[in-house]
Amino acid sequence: MGLSLQNVDKTVGREIHLTDVNLEFESGSRNVLLGRTLAGKTSLLRIMAGIDRPTRGKVLIDGRDVTGVSVRKRSVAMVYQQFINYPSLTVYKNIASPLKVSGVPKTEIDRRVRETAEMLHLDDLLDRLPAELSGGQQQRIAIARALIKDAQLLLLDEPLVNLDYKLREELRIELQEIFEQREAIVVYTTTEPTEALMFGGHVVVIDEGRILQTGLTPDIYRNPATTKVAEVFSDPPINYLSCAVQGQTACLGEDIEFPLSDHLKALPAANYIFGVRSNHLSLTPTGAADTEIRTKVELAEINGSETFIHVNYDNSRLVVQVDGVYPHRIGMEISIYVNPSSFFVFDEAGVLVTAPARSTLE
Amino acid sequence: MAHIELNEIAHSYLKNPKDESDYALKRIHNAWDDGGAYALLGPSGCGKTTLLNVISGLLTPSKGRVFYSGKNVTDLPPEKRNIAQVFQFPVLYDTMSVFNNLAFPLRNRGVEESEVKKRVLEVAEILDLTPFLKKRAAGLAADAKQKISLGRGLVRSDVAAILFDEPLTVIDPHLKWHLRRKLKEVHDQMKLTLIYVTHDQVEALTFADQVMVMYEGEIVQIGTPQELFENPKHKFVGFFIGSPGMNFLACSVDSNIARVDGAGIVLDDNTAALAQKAQGKMEIGIRPMHLEVHTKSVKGSLPAKVKTIEDQGSFKILTVTMAGHTLRARLPEDQTMPSGEAWLRFPKRWTKLFADGRLVNK
Repeated sequence: MGLSLQNVDKTVGREIHLTDVNLEFESGSRNVLLGRTLAGKTSLLRIMAGIDRPTRGKVLIDGRDVTGVSVRKRSVAMVYQQFINYPSLTVYKNIASPLKVSGVPKTEIDRRVRETAEMLHLDDLLDRLPAELSGGQQQRIAIARALIKDAQLLLLDEPLVNLDYKLREELRIELQEIFEQREAIVVYTTTEPTEALMFGGHVVVIDEGRILQTGLTPDIYRNPATTKVAEVFSDPPINYLSCAVQGQTACLGEDIEFPLSDHLKALPAANYIFGVRSNHLSLTPTGAADTEIRTKVELAEINGSETFIHVNYDNSRLVVQVDGVYPHRIGMEISIYVNPSSFFVFDEAGVLVTAPARSTLE
Repeated sequence: MAHIELNEIAHSYLKNPKDESDYALKRIHNAWDDGGAYALLGPSGCGKTTLLNVISGLLTPSKGRVFYSGKNVTDLPPEKRNIAQVFQFPVLYDTMSVFNNLAFPLRNRGVEESEVKKRVLEVAEILDLTPFLKKRAAGLAADAKQKISLGRGLVRSDVAAILFDEPLTVIDPHLKWHLRRKLKEVHDQMKLTLIYVTHDQVEALTFADQVMVMYEGEIVQIGTPQELFENPKHKFVGFFIGSPGMNFLACSVDSNIARVDGAGIVLDDNTAALAQKAQGKMEIGIRPMHLEVHTKSVKGSLPAKVKTIEDQGSFKILTVTMAGHTLRARLPEDQTMPSGEAWLRFPKRWTKLFADGRLVNK
């Protein structure tokens, strides 16, 4: 199956939820919809599902216009952030419910319920009621109910956000394995860059109701089209410094000069925004090409094996992510280093000019 | 300000608890220093919220006593303990201005209006809320609302401690960085006792000087973020902290060699000596970031097969099988990846031994 959205707008009252959305999804594809709270992720899923109608534009399935077709007549399953189950039905009946509604024979229902329950480790809990189970198990029921339908479109709206961190990790790995064996189009929404990277597949970056960029997840991570995409797709936040290029020299912030090399060589003279991710800033030089930034520690956060050091330079807030434990005091003077080969360069309007070359592409 | 002491606390939600498994809190006996930043970290159902409620006075424990600076407060309700609380969802008066929200706890206690104004302006300044003071709370973003909740705790000069129950769970990743930083600054400036409950290891480790890891109603380890990461005293700590968690392999110990189904891993002398006396089920544990991965055989390396390589942006997760066991390694993004075959080295310093789930050390 192929699903496409063409020139989709959605306005509710005076509020614009989506603007000119054009997207294509193929069968068996795994897609992460990445965007901040209120970016329009849920609005988009509801239109894909057929729960809401777009204000303008079309939804096509295999080339056929289904814009006005109700959700009941489509092959779609959805999992929500909240754990939604039938409280008075057992786990078994909860999972069986979509098949019962569509009149599947009893023996067939039984086979599929047991098969799906096993996949989600619910096989020992079939006689229990949802309220007797943990949050993780309740969400497993909702996921099982979505999977048993074998729908062609499987939509998951931040399904793991209300679960414990470790449970998320477990369930994410399991879901990835389950999705790989499915023919369905899977669309999964999240606010977290790390979650998008873990799922791999394709990513759709959305912000303020507009699609900013689409493509293979690691590609977009390494080639964000705009500063906004880089911001939505960086955790820790990406660091920006203003930079003026003249001749073969770059001038960073107030007074740091370095020669242009590697991917920066062909940069025409202009003012730019240089971006660098936290893990590419360091406390010791990584080589002769490194540029030194002298500044003061504003905060050091120790995260077990690594430290996040917050500093300020030229009115920009920077975060340095380094391996090891550095209990630096606030106000301490330090030098941080960056290799110019790891700079993303954006023009003053925030559009990507050049991204670091990758020497380790397999 | 208060030094908080928990004396032989145990709690059961049942009227007539019979055995240990009926207790949500089994035995908690420790002290919390005045002005300390603490985190209670654990999965849902581990008892961390129960413990927080015992400290705040929302719950009277079945056994034991709670002291604030030497005074027995076990039977006192929260309002008599001078505790401020910040919950997962901001609790505010939506129709009131930010100023009036911040002033509420003071006016409620009959504080003079000139003093109210002084405190509110001070706290608003610390939390960057000054520009919003006249705005209605309803129209603000989630992170600003959460700052108001925090501000309502901070305005009171008599507050003994501030308790946080998952305060950042519903906040977007990029705003978490800002709020976490604010919390640390507040702690630094005001020297308040802060107790922070979370299931999220990054929040716990970056926030607290001392992290208490809870599991099934007990505190299994108290330590600095570094101690918990490098020397987990309990298998659960190794599993729960770190992403992915520690690798564990069942083994037998033969002088200074841990044997894992045919593979021999060398232990450091101290661990090897202690292992002779240790009893129970033996396992070695190593963190994914400490497991060395080579593309060729090197001295002391063991052969393994590569199952998957996941690109996580700033690092890669390699899943391998060695002697029938699955292990995960966390590698820098620019390291050359093996394909098919890999050779693993277990650095002695980072290879830990566990007997019946407990770390074998001094």
